[in-house]
Amino acid sequence: MTPLLDIRDLRLSFRLWSGTVEVLHGISLSIARGERVALVGESGSGKSVTARIILGLIQAMRGARVSGQVLLDGQDLGLLSPRARHGLRGTAMTMIFQDPTSSLNPVLPILHQFREVLARKEPGISVAAAHDRAAAALQEVAIADADRVLGSYPFQLSGGMNQRVMIAMALANRPKLLVADEPGTALDVTVQAQTLDLMRGLVADHGTAVLFISHNLGVVREFADRTFVIYRGRIVEQGPTAAVFADPRHPYTRALMSAQPRLTAVGLPDIPERDPAFGDPMEVHP
Amino acid sequence: MLILVANPLTLVGVVLVATVVLAALLADLIAPFPDHRGAVVDFVNFNKPPSVAYIMGTDVVGRDLFSRILYAYRISLLMAVVVLAIAVPIGVALGLVAGYLGGRWEYGLMRLTDIFLAIPPLVLALSILGVMKPTLLNGMIAVTAMWWPWYTRLVYNITRGEKAEGYVLAAEVTGASRFHIMFREILPNCIPALVTKMTLDAGFVILIASSLSFLGLGVQAPTPDLGSMVAEGARYLPDQWWLSVFPGLAILVAVFGFNLVGDGMRDILGGDR
Repeated sequence: MTPLLDIRDLRLSFRLWSGTVEVLHGISLSIARGERVALVGESGSGKSVTARIILGLIQAMRGARVSGQVLLDGQDLGLLSPRARHGLRGTAMTMIFQDPTSSLNPVLPILHQFREVLARKEPGISVAAAHDRAAAALQEVAIADADRVLGSYPFQLSGGMNQRVMIAMALANRPKLLVADEPGTALDVTVQAQTLDLMRGLVADHGTAVLFISHNLGVVREFADRTFVIYRGRIVEQGPTAAVFADPRHPYTRALMSAQPRLTAVGLPDIPERDPAFGDPMEVHP
Repeated sequence: MLILVANPLTLVGVVLVATVVLAALLADLIAPFPDHRGAVVDFVNFNKPPSVAYIMGTDVVGRDLFSRILYAYRISLLMAVVVLAIAVPIGVALGLVAGYLGGRWEYGLMRLTDIFLAIPPLVLALSILGVMKPTLLNGMIAVTAMWWPWYTRLVYNITRGEKAEGYVLAAEVTGASRFHIMFREILPNCIPALVTKMTLDAGFVILIASSLSFLGLGVQAPTPDLGSMVAEGARYLPDQWWLSVFPGLAILVAVFGFNLVGDGMRDILGGDR
């Protein structure tokens, strides 16, 4: 069976005045239908640009050169016309971001924004129908007083509330793929855990595949079926989450895990910025 | 309303603007001599100083100055409304396009606005009116031509800031069109700044329009216009002082009122960008 998302040898470079800088050096990654896959790495390792390439946002930038293939449902997204590609956003695939409050337009009420999302799939949906659909979607993310929330502006809601609204919006059109770029990093830990729990239940119900991007190993361990560890634009280790966490083989993965704060630890180890061992070939867990 | 009480200057501005607007709208009812707005000659009562019958005096051909000022407000407000109604949509649309699309659009449009902004506004309007006939319509065209670049620049700057906001990226990944993002997502965030600037500008348009007609461009006699009335009356200073002082005060009241309201808007809407 073809995987839902198949990334093959993805390379990205930026042309600058001083020459070309390669940022991704051949990433390969696949996600099956309904699977939750985590992409873990430190800041600047290439997690977010990978996500943005999938959505086709980087390609629109001047000076960015993307090579390799991104296949959704066996269809090469690079070969699609910009228009067809645009048609997939918000319907077949969608994305949620770190800071839920800034991801919502501050001067428009929630219902207005929800309706625009629903209209992607169902152009010209009436306000009443959008209200009903939105209220139902908000029920799913455990928002009880949907009427009040729909009539509010984002700044009138808490961060956790906005995060749940974002998740409800992202899943409203039943996308096949949800890219979650460090969701909830801007929220406090308890709220973050709550919403992630909710999200996990929802994507399981809808059979949505998730590419979960994070630097938070604890969250990844809870959330993902499979984990890819990325370092400086290369995947260094991949495999089922349990296997990767139980037996990290690549020197970088080990270093990353030892940098995880623990209750019993005396302090954090000092991880070198670069280490020749981090360039070791990729470790693949079966 | 509470905001107005807390901010007495804004209240003064609102009263002044309301007075000007009402005076213009109800000129037919208020004016003691409605027919004096046209080419009427009454040599019996010419050059009369302010009195009970003519509270602002009469001009050199005996027309009541107060009546003419009321009708002149109509022209001034019409000018402000028409100029802003044309300049703002053009300026805003170009600013959104330049700010959001960037690249060549930004380069082309912003250099064009720079060129317009580099020409002193009055000189630009004068040269346009020098080529075309000095009529009310052409006066509006001339003032509009010098006005839109300010809106382009204002909206361009706001758009550049808003473009980096999360909701724009979120709209992009949801598949919103560029048109949608510009006009339905970013534009609503520009409204506070636009409302403030438009209120302030209403006063400045009146001032510029009066300057043009002071120089003899724009509205032509016998239609009453504050600028041309000041110009006309200035020739008889200081003996017939009322001929220029009252139209001048009329300009002051209108511009001052709009300025106070504009400042109040800035405080209320927080559009301080």
